[in-house]
Amino acid sequence: MVAFWILAPIMVIAALGLLFVRKAVHAALLLAVVMISLAVLYLVLEAPFLFAVQIIVYTGAILMLFLFVLMLVGVDASDSVVETIRGQRAFAIVGGVALGVLLVTGLGQVSLGTAVGLDEANAPGNVQALANILFSRYVFAFEATSALLITAAVGAMVLAHRERLTPRVGQAERAAQRLQEYADKGAHLGPLPPPGVYARHNAVDTPALLPDGTAAESSVSRVLAARGTVRSAPAMADDIEEIENQIGWAPHAGRDAAPPASTTEEAPATGGEHE
Amino acid sequence: MSDVTPFVVLSGILFTIGCVGVLTRRNAIVVFMCVELMLNASNLALVAFAKQHGNLDGQIAAFFVMVVAAAEVVIGLAIIMTIFRTRRSASVDDASLLKY
Repeated sequence: MVAFWILAPIMVIAALGLLFVRKAVHAALLLAVVMISLAVLYLVLEAPFLFAVQIIVYTGAILMLFLFVLMLVGVDASDSVVETIRGQRAFAIVGGVALGVLLVTGLGQVSLGTAVGLDEANAPGNVQALANILFSRYVFAFEATSALLITAAVGAMVLAHRERLTPRVGQAERAAQRLQEYADKGAHLGPLPPPGVYARHNAVDTPALLPDGTAAESSVSRVLAARGTVRSAPAMADDIEEIENQIGWAPHAGRDAAPPASTTEEAPATGGEHE
Repeated sequence: MSDVTPFVVLSGILFTIGCVGVLTRRNAIVVFMCVELMLNASNLALVAFAKQHGNLDGQIAAFFVMVVAAAEVVIGLAIIMTIFRTRRSASVDDASLLKY
């Protein structure tokens, strides 16, 4: 019973957190707390098989499925606070409190008497005793469960299946398309220039510098450009001069703020890629 | 002390919390988690009563509830995924096409 009085408040707090947290991932983690505590309570209630099943099936499989779907749907898919039915939230809370009071007072007043305990029923071992019942009295329910599980698996496959509406684009088709674009529009055939080739930095947000000192926009990922986090390469070159001044080493003294494309070790032979 | 009343009361509290969660939350996945919480609460009551009465039928029932819950979660999450794919939203308020 010590375990119960430690775990019960934790479970109630975690379950209440489920009502109030904004992010669905936090709700999933709180639910994991509740489920693992429940598993321990099953152990207290002399159900070691259900303890294992609770951890394996609920926290292991079902909650992981929840987390997978959360990752697919988007972690930041949080609740909207707009009520579609006016006053629904207030009514739900009032009704919930009423139900809670009813259940707790009702169940609290029942005198169940001393529990019989499962020592006798668990005499051959909990798993063996459960198997005896499951494969004799409940065998039809057990078989129906297998049909249910197969139906669920097939149903999930059907629901998750997407018809391919367009023919698959393979490597050969992509290559042919590239060459066609080269023939038609003179589009560059090779790969895009990597970022930071002519700049001092090779970070992905630093554009490569073309031989004339301008930044090659195609060298930076479009995502970064859309976010507006692309760094200015000539500004980087200014940084370099500043640092050179600070450390008192100025091989390029008297030079303008031209990019340091002339430094030999940073001028690879990929210049021909740019027109 | 071999009284299972505290377990049953805890189960009632958890069931109530799950019930309120289903009614108040708007994210379909969180609503689903609250349904799971209610199923777990009923499982706790079943296991507690199995101990109270000294036979294992309650534990078998809890076991079946777990199996059915697993199947239900698979289908439910697949439905939520399908709705999300077409509507770009996991909110239960957005799936209201039958209303109009």
